Amino acid sequence: MRSFQDRLGDFDARRVHLVAISVDPPEIIREHCRKQGYTFTFLSDISSDVLRLYDLVHEKAGPGGTDISRPAEFLVDSQGTVRWVNLTDSIAVRARPEQVLRVVDGLSLGGPS
Amino acid sequence: MKRRWNAALWVGFLIVLAAPVTYLTVFVRFPITRDFPWATLLIFCTGLALVGFGLRRAFREAQIYRGKISGSILMTLGVALFGLFLFSTFYMMRQLPPSNGAPQVGRKAPDFTLPDKDGNPVTLSKLFEPGAGGGEGARAALLIFYRGYW
Repeated sequence: MRSFQDRLGDFDARRVHLVAISVDPPEIIREHCRKQGYTFTFLSDISSDVLRLYDLVHEKAGPGGTDISRPAEFLVDSQGTVRWVNLTDSIAVRARPEQVLRVVDGLSLGGPS
Repeated sequence: MKRRWNAALWVGFLIVLAAPVTYLTVFVRFPITRDFPWATLLIFCTGLALVGFGLRRAFREAQIYRGKISGSILMTLGVALFGLFLFSTFYMMRQLPPSNGAPQVGRKAPDFTLPDKDGNPVTLSKLFEPGAGGGEGARAALLIFYRGYW
């Protein structure tokens, strides 16, 4: 997440809006973002509704057997179409910002850049 | 004659201990040493090789070096620690749901509205509308799902 914050300017320049999502309540997320200095959009899916909608629920994987999200990244264009998906097979291996920026540069996303 | 202290055993074991510690404190922070933990595996192997060397010495040159018992214990612990590391990184961390129902490339991403960190509702489709974020609207959105529990 730190790596995405560091490259936020590159995403902004391409008008790609970063949206992080976790099951934490907003106040926990606010505190986390404040401490870490994260300025991108960070949403709270406390009821896991969006996780279910995207089939990303990792059952009982959180503390105390709670449901959390599996790590995943989706690039969605302005028509709402998924243009790129990354469903990692290891918690330790996440998409890197450079990887996503290359994907963005290789796509014709439409609209003035 | 007093037998000599078998330093290789202990130095090797310290290196083995350093492997998971440095992984969790340092190497896990960089994708290049986290995606495939080659640095940690290298440290483990170096440590275990040193313990192995010490153990061999303890048995082959028993009249010179000590460490038959302590060496055996350290070797067992070291191998167990290595096994635990392999198990967690190559098995436990890969126990993820298949997510076969996740939206695929070319499909519509289901729209949603969720509160942001200040409790303000944010709708995915509205990020693309002109005026969103004080500009022309986004050309794309990158949704990043995190495990959370910070």
